[in-house]
Amino acid sequence: MTSITRRSLLAGGVATAVAALGGVAAAAGRRFGLVPPDAEGLFAPGNTLSYAAHRLVGRDALAREFPRSAISTKPFANQISAHTEAFARHQAEHFAHWALDVRGLVDRPLPLSLTTLRGLEARSQVTAVTCEEGWSYVAEWTGTPLSAVLQACGIRASAKYVVYFAADGWFDSIDIDEAMHPQTLVAWGMNGGPLPVPFGGPLRMRVPRQLGYKSVKFINRLLVTDEVADLQIQPGLRNYAWYSGI
Amino acid sequence: MTARSHTAAWTGDVAPPFDQPAAAMTAGHPRFVRITHWLTTIATIALVISGIELIISHPRFYWGEVGNVNTTPLFSIPIPASRATVPTGYGFTLPDQNGWSRSLHFQAAWLVLFAGLAYLIAGLRSGHVSRRLVPAPGDRSWRALRASIAEHRRAHIIAPHSPGVYNVLQRTAYLGVLFVLFPLVIWTGLAMSPGFTAVLPWSVTSLGGHQSARTLHFVTMLALVVFTVVHVVMVTRAGFRRLMRAMITGTAESRP
Repeated sequence: MTSITRRSLLAGGVATAVAALGGVAAAAGRRFGLVPPDAEGLFAPGNTLSYAAHRLVGRDALAREFPRSAISTKPFANQISAHTEAFARHQAEHFAHWALDVRGLVDRPLPLSLTTLRGLEARSQVTAVTCEEGWSYVAEWTGTPLSAVLQACGIRASAKYVVYFAADGWFDSIDIDEAMHPQTLVAWGMNGGPLPVPFGGPLRMRVPRQLGYKSVKFINRLLVTDEVADLQIQPGLRNYAWYSGI
Repeated sequence: MTARSHTAAWTGDVAPPFDQPAAAMTAGHPRFVRITHWLTTIATIALVISGIELIISHPRFYWGEVGNVNTTPLFSIPIPASRATVPTGYGFTLPDQNGWSRSLHFQAAWLVLFAGLAYLIAGLRSGHVSRRLVPAPGDRSWRALRASIAEHRRAHIIAPHSPGVYNVLQRTAYLGVLFVLFPLVIWTGLAMSPGFTAVLPWSVTSLGGHQSARTLHFVTMLALVVFTVVHVVMVTRAGFRRLMRAMITGTAESRP
């Protein structure tokens, strides 16, 4: 009997300690931005552990960059949904009137034309597009760092996420660390030329520290926010982790 | 009947698989072994099922940094794919299951990592690894390993095996799984993560690139599956109910 009592006491003590530690960890996690917005449901533990681990050890780490000689001669554009009539009109005008509309927690909400965007700042980098399906290619991407776009619009200190919307209805979001990361580009050039439409032209988000599905094509709107409510990037794409650095 | 009485009943013509002083030998599995064994079992089943689902989205394997449907694969698995863009020769596309598969895969990977670390810490601290898994001094030779393989090919060696007491072939296999296959499968898995390789680039460059890491991850998984199949077959040959009881309760004998 004594051993049973001792055992149950011990188990109770351990459970209390774990619960207390869990509470402290959750509070600390939220305080230091270690809890992803999809930390709920069946996969909350895995999603949170992966996101927290990556943010703890590599918040500022740079994605691998390659020499120009590593650029793939046979990149793969992947499937895209059928273009809308509006997109076809933009394409016929060579995207002369395409703009990136920036709204939300910014002091100067702006529609930025492609010309204005190119004039802000340009950066080129040779990075890999890694698809969650398993395939990959390397290309040189040229674009305006998202951080420069956000600073031009006067991003507020309360901003925690940037949601980006595409002309074809696709959208996704990243945290402010990823958004302000120097390699996160609003890309308008590829391999020395303009960004081809199959690869997301005229404007594509490039998030090289995360898998391909975060690099949304045909973007035309940014929303700076302090919470992301709708995580579903496309009807039917359920349970895809919001953080895809893994 | 106690576990030890199996030793007394031993009448085989080869040395029994006890190569430690009697005092150090207690048959049965310590609690940390049983808990981490079943956690790893659950996680491995989840990893293999979700891993197969992920392969179905692109059943082609490459070597080097890049690979996609426009490049030549090292090898392909002749199965249908869950993506219409992958040329498989089949006239249909399977449903996309990658959402839950990816989430389950990484959640189970964390479980394997925690179970593995707990096992290593407890196993090294308690001397479990050094006493029960590292081959006994007299057994550290190819000759001893060959003799053990020959013994395994004779059916009668299997029956008297006491749970938790391992011969040199078992020890070598378990050490290989613990210190080679599991570390390799974790490493090659992490080497596919763009967030992880941003922190440790050599984790993938040393393997030859992203696609090499993916191919090695697949091959290591196959080796682990082969181990698991052999492991279950041997457990079945040696007495499935008895050894299952031992891995659940700690001893092979039912309690009075």
